[in-house]
Amino acid sequence: MNTTTRVLITAILCVTAVACTKKVKEDPDTSATDSTNSGTTTNTGTGTVTDNGPIRTGAYGPGDLDTDGCLRQRVVYFDLDQDALKPEFQNIVACHAKYLRDRPSARMTLEGNADERGSREYNVGLGERRGNAVSSSVQANGGSGGQISVVSYGEERPTCTDSSEDCWSRNRRVEIVYTAK
Amino acid sequence: MTRSLSLKTMLPDTFQVKHLLSNAFLLALLLPFAAFAQSRGLEIDIVGGNASAMPIAVVTMPYQGAGTPPPTDVASVVRADLARSGQFRPMPDTEMGAQRPTRGSEIDFGFWQQAKQNYVVVGRVLDAADGAYRVEYELFDIGKNRLLAFALTARANAMRDVSHQVADAIYEKITGVRGAFWTRIAYITASGLGKDTRYALMVADADGYNPQTVVRSDKPLLSPSWSPDGRKLAYVSFERGNSSIIIQDIATSARETVAGFKGINGAPSFSPDGRKLAMALSKSGNPEIYVMDLGSRALTQLTNQFGIDTEPTWSADSSLIYFTSDRGGKPQIYQVSAGGGSASRVSFQGGYNAKVTVSYDGKKLAMAQGSGNVYRIAMLDRSLGSPRWSMLSPGSLDESPSFAPNASMVLYAAREGRRGVLYAVSADARVRQRLVLANGDVREPAWGPYRLPR
Repeated sequence: MNTTTRVLITAILCVTAVACTKKVKEDPDTSATDSTNSGTTTNTGTGTVTDNGPIRTGAYGPGDLDTDGCLRQRVVYFDLDQDALKPEFQNIVACHAKYLRDRPSARMTLEGNADERGSREYNVGLGERRGNAVSSSVQANGGSGGQISVVSYGEERPTCTDSSEDCWSRNRRVEIVYTAK
Repeated sequence: MTRSLSLKTMLPDTFQVKHLLSNAFLLALLLPFAAFAQSRGLEIDIVGGNASAMPIAVVTMPYQGAGTPPPTDVASVVRADLARSGQFRPMPDTEMGAQRPTRGSEIDFGFWQQAKQNYVVVGRVLDAADGAYRVEYELFDIGKNRLLAFALTARANAMRDVSHQVADAIYEKITGVRGAFWTRIAYITASGLGKDTRYALMVADADGYNPQTVVRSDKPLLSPSWSPDGRKLAYVSFERGNSSIIIQDIATSARETVAGFKGINGAPSFSPDGRKLAMALSKSGNPEIYVMDLGSRALTQLTNQFGIDTEPTWSADSSLIYFTSDRGGKPQIYQVSAGGGSASRVSFQGGYNAKVTVSYDGKKLAMAQGSGNVYRIAMLDRSLGSPRWSMLSPGSLDESPSFAPNASMVLYAAREGRRGVLYAVSADARVRQRLVLANGDVREPAWGPYRLPR
């Protein structure tokens, strides 16, 4: 009896703890503010892009993919259920567009991804929309559509598997992959 | 006593405790069935119970032959099947005391009446030709009427199949609904993270036993769909970089790619006659619903709408196709005539509805319903005048519902911590059974058809 009570109390405490830790931030604005306030480093998704300054004026070469501060950034993050390119990623898109302009033989694949919430096939559609949004923006910045292909993995290729807003925000992304430099 | 014991053993996993507790509080009853046995990939336990379920005593069926006893305890498989349907409350073996009848003439009906049982099942396992076994069993009601008397013969490796068939016959005799315990399920497993993830398409018995690998891949696999004859699976593979739809014969492993267009090739669904495959293709620029004639490979486009249209599912009579669309903003379930035409919205409760599954009689639709950050399996029952909604699962990240062929249960995927698990829930939501893979993630269950056409 005593043991039963103790077990139940422990269990209830556990449930309470779970309820607290599982509480997630729905509002994408909140999460963006949070990560800015806490000074989170570059790998935490939304709102964490460092300012890379102006895109350089000279022509890019293949070596710049590994050395140029802007070109080295290959991930574009999105808000919940959104496929709109956020202003802080315009710079990245613009330098990759310039790279495609400077290197007509270069080819990129835009890999669209979604977080784990919602149905898997719908998320494949959402990932494609995000890939298409980046593709359109690269083309609007002068990249050629013939150099770009889009593939969506939906929620099938997460970078992390915690059920938390921090992890979800890292999974809502488009990865820029060069298949020819 | 057993209750606190069960809670103790479950304590290390807080998520499990949460599920268990919510059920304990909701139902004030736990049935800790420990269905442990050999050769299985999925761990099984029943969470929740149903006080109003029918009491039935399935007495252990002893081996009375002269050779090696069979590897399967037939009565315990039958008890587990009946319990997870939610409609039966099998008497635990330990409460039967010295009462061990194996045939009708040995039943002391006074005892079972005293034990408040409505039905008694007795039987025995005998030797059959060529090393096989013969299971003979009888079902009685408490009024001494013999309702069933059957014999089934099988080899040792098919004794679980025989046990499920016994459960099916009992279930049908008492409820009037065909049993679906002797069926199979398909699901996807994943292990590892990111680009190192390894995927497998699996097929197992409906209770998780006898898992077989249909295909393995280092690229994502998703959306398994059964052919109506149970011989083939259609699924999505990323093995060629982009998605493609493959149809594979389960027994021979023969496979063919039926859709590999530019863009998304997703969400295959066999028509009830097996001749057509509905799918989502984005070759036009955004995902639309198409139907492919599997004979000619000709495609018919059913939707043409800016927005994501995906996850087509056929109505039982093949006249309609249900699908997920966000044409109205958030994803909702729509229906369109299988011949094309304008689509109409079906789901009007919940901010997010996706991945619909349809019962065999077309009257019930189950779907993943999202509200805020909580995704649960919701069921829309249209059998009684005005549509009625009920919740089949507690959340919070439940998805991919799939009806059993008799619609008595729904299989779905849930997350516990960092991994996916499967649940089978009775259609009245009273009993849930958890199927857990020992290592890694299990998701996207699809309940197969009956093993024998009728």
